[in-house]
Amino acid sequence: MTVVAEPASVRPRGSYTWPAIWAVALALVLGLFLARHQLLWAAEYPSRAIVPISQWIGAIMTWLKVNLSWFTRSITAVLGVPLDFALDLLAKNFKIGTGADAFILPRLSWVGVCAAAFLAGRAYGGTRLALLSGGLFLFIALFGKWTSAMLTLSLIAIAVPFCIVTGLFLGILAWQQPKSEKYAVSPLLDLMQTIPTFAYLIPMLLLFGNSPVSAMIATAIFATPPMVRATMLGLARVPAEISEFGEMAGCTPRQKLWRVLLPSARPTLMVGVNQVIMLALNMVIIASMIGAGGLGYDVLLALRALKVGEAMEAGLAIVALAIVLDRVSQAAAYRQSQYHGEIVAGQAFWVRYPNLTLAILLLAGTTLLGTVIPFFADVPKAITFTTAPAWRIAIDWITVNFFDAIEAFRVFLILYVLNPVRAFFEGFPWLGAVFLIGLAGFQLGGARLAALVAALTAFCAITGLWEKTMATVYLTGISVLLACLIGIPLGLAASRSDRFEKIITPFIDTLQVLPSFCFIIPVVMLFRVGDVTAMIATVAFAVVPAIRYTNHGIRQVPPNLIEAAVVSGCTRRQTFWRVQLPLALPEIMLGINQTILMALAMIIICAMIGTRDLGQEVFIALSKADPGRGIVAGLAIAFIGIIADRLFNAWSARARSRLG
Amino acid sequence: MTLKFAAMGMATLAAASLFAPASYAQAPESSDPIKVALFDWTSVNLNAKIMGGILEKLGYTVEYPTADYLSSLTTGLTNGDLTLAMEYWQTTAGEAMAASDATGQTENLGPLGPQAKEEWWYPLYMKEKCPGLPNWEALKDPKCAEAFSTPETAPNGRYLGGPVTWEGFDDERVVSLGLPFTVIHAGTDAAMFAELDSAYQRKAPIMLWIYSPHWAPAKYEGEWVDFPAYTKECYEDPAWGSNPDAAYDCGKPTGEIYKYAWAGMKEKWPVAYNVAKNYKIDTDVLNGLSGQVDLEGKSPEDVAAAWIAENEATWKAWAQ
Repeated sequence: MTVVAEPASVRPRGSYTWPAIWAVALALVLGLFLARHQLLWAAEYPSRAIVPISQWIGAIMTWLKVNLSWFTRSITAVLGVPLDFALDLLAKNFKIGTGADAFILPRLSWVGVCAAAFLAGRAYGGTRLALLSGGLFLFIALFGKWTSAMLTLSLIAIAVPFCIVTGLFLGILAWQQPKSEKYAVSPLLDLMQTIPTFAYLIPMLLLFGNSPVSAMIATAIFATPPMVRATMLGLARVPAEISEFGEMAGCTPRQKLWRVLLPSARPTLMVGVNQVIMLALNMVIIASMIGAGGLGYDVLLALRALKVGEAMEAGLAIVALAIVLDRVSQAAAYRQSQYHGEIVAGQAFWVRYPNLTLAILLLAGTTLLGTVIPFFADVPKAITFTTAPAWRIAIDWITVNFFDAIEAFRVFLILYVLNPVRAFFEGFPWLGAVFLIGLAGFQLGGARLAALVAALTAFCAITGLWEKTMATVYLTGISVLLACLIGIPLGLAASRSDRFEKIITPFIDTLQVLPSFCFIIPVVMLFRVGDVTAMIATVAFAVVPAIRYTNHGIRQVPPNLIEAAVVSGCTRRQTFWRVQLPLALPEIMLGINQTILMALAMIIICAMIGTRDLGQEVFIALSKADPGRGIVAGLAIAFIGIIADRLFNAWSARARSRLG
Repeated sequence: MTLKFAAMGMATLAAASLFAPASYAQAPESSDPIKVALFDWTSVNLNAKIMGGILEKLGYTVEYPTADYLSSLTTGLTNGDLTLAMEYWQTTAGEAMAASDATGQTENLGPLGPQAKEEWWYPLYMKEKCPGLPNWEALKDPKCAEAFSTPETAPNGRYLGGPVTWEGFDDERVVSLGLPFTVIHAGTDAAMFAELDSAYQRKAPIMLWIYSPHWAPAKYEGEWVDFPAYTKECYEDPAWGSNPDAAYDCGKPTGEIYKYAWAGMKEKWPVAYNVAKNYKIDTDVLNGLSGQVDLEGKSPEDVAAAWIAENEATWKAWAQ
């Protein structure tokens, strides 16, 4: 019981003065709000004082394009070699020579690739995994998405190892030199994760060209950070005994790192690998806008022609790829950590790797057959089928039958909730916001945090983006609130019932990987363009971490504490409210933090359905090919995320230290 | 890549030494791939596949990278990442084309043929509720505007405009013509047509921006609003038109659809350049081909191949 009932004397002395300080601060800001017509400069940032940072960035980009193109283009060429190979191997056929008399080496047969997926599943996870991965590949083929899926797969197959290796080295560097971590790596990771990808598409196009390689680099920027974080965390968590043992055994520092520390950190590293795969697949739609093609392009094209069913099928094919890659890589890592097979010298290759040998034989065999029998070369149209009409009928039926009820709900939300809140936020004086956020930073983390968050807030004002920033904050805020109201109870329910957890897991996996574009357009059909649609799409995407972390947080409360509570006479309800929930609070806070970041990422995409915020600014910059404007808007979005992240971390650190 | 290039290089060297006189100044002048951009709507991709198909018949290597519509004008096309792009609509890409021309690294290959039309559009069933249509003055009637309203715009009508980046000037038009309408911007045209489809099925009120050539006017029955015809003066001179104090008191301009090429194409692939420059397609033909893809579900490749097979004489003449 002591866990919660904190004696008042333990509190820091200053804590009683804080409510008073906040009351004064809020009164001041209220005064500023009321006097906003007299103190116009404090309410609306004066347009003649806007600092033209976007023009500076534009000028830098032009200079880079002129002077560094040879360098960036040679990177494109180098990375293009493995990528082209993978593309030819899986999707496009090798073409030697040109024109009509070119010699064509066929791509791998789809039958062979499905069989290889089956065997990979069998090698690492047994029959169930084999059926899952083989089945999902077959599903992709039968839906007629084979070529697109293989284009996407080749991009992922090259990008993911690239991300993992880069992430690993950056993580090791940061771990070896804590200074570089604090001042370079950590802020860099924050920016990489929070600047929306759309903001750097134009610089990518200018420097690396309109090609799959640009798409791959954009994917890498977005997908590498979790690997770096996982590496740093994994290395830091290796028990000191293991590390000391390595030294005693006479390892050089290099041997210690590669032979002792990294293998011990494997479970954490695998979490990083999983996130890299998921994020890379998240990027395929955006990557298709700068030359990648594949499933992401199918989704875009289908949606432009309002073929909702086709878009959904392409989206589900992405989900299928994600599931196979994730499950097989997890199983592979688990197998390797369990089984350190003794390699017997002289053993034949096919004895040592029976599945691999069989896979190679099957791939070669079916591909050769493909040159004679067309069935093996391309998925025959006769055996493909589509569920598109069914999706269409379902959506039409909902539209016709439920629209009126939905419309009433939408109008209520718009008139009584969204519009008033929006008006309040957009009218909020920038100086007041800088002051209040700085104050919060000071209370939670001291002068340095205060300076950081106040400066980041001010950036949004001095670049002339204040109103759009506040529009973003309003929509993100409401969506996060709703996502938490829905997600945390679901997470709690999942933590208390294994069955419910099993039911809900596939749904949240799908929500995370299914490209958001797929479900935005059906939502538009029901809710029209505008803020309600954006809010619903955002909540659907951002609810995932709220559920996951809550569930995880409650489940990891040490059982002995719960026993202690039960022994001391707590009812189930008391145990839950007084012991489990407070102990899970830091984890739940982390979940909310992630929810905020996810919501921000999604709000940007919602500019495609007519929201008027920073996302719109990014899209305008994209269509005008104005790199400076896009990056500044992207930075403003990143700064919202970073402010929320820092304040939340400071808050949860305090909560944790109070809980002991 | 390098390996492939080496192989190609050897092949061309061998070919050059054997048949040097014959292959000189004939297609293909270079075996480097010609990159024809794909965007995210049907007609441009059909044109790209037809163009690419012709070039392949002439012996060129063709690739089809996907690209972003407006920004490609000042990125990919300026440095040869894209060689050709088939559709830039004067009506929506005016500013971007001007920016592209200013770089001097791209070339406008002239009009594609069809005239782009864009205007306010409503489904035919709305005529009952607002009988004065298609004359624009009917929209000034508050009752008529209310028929197009939703609760949050009432009593104003709701007009669903294109993305803010399209140069539509609808906010200005509503003010200068005194229309009791509120302009809502859809972020993408996919969202715009999703709303249309939903409204059309329920016979619900909707007024929105539609353009042609496009599958929508073929699929849904409706009409364009008749605004005072566009003139240059209308957009530039406030005194013009029914409102003496404001510009934009007229309809939207119709416009050409232009083809653009990377400026280096002319030197590197002269014959392909000629084909691209001469390439033209008729509005009705293009609408028909788009319909085959969007409404009948054929693949753009098949439709393009059929066109190429049927019109061999036409495109052979382009290559001269």
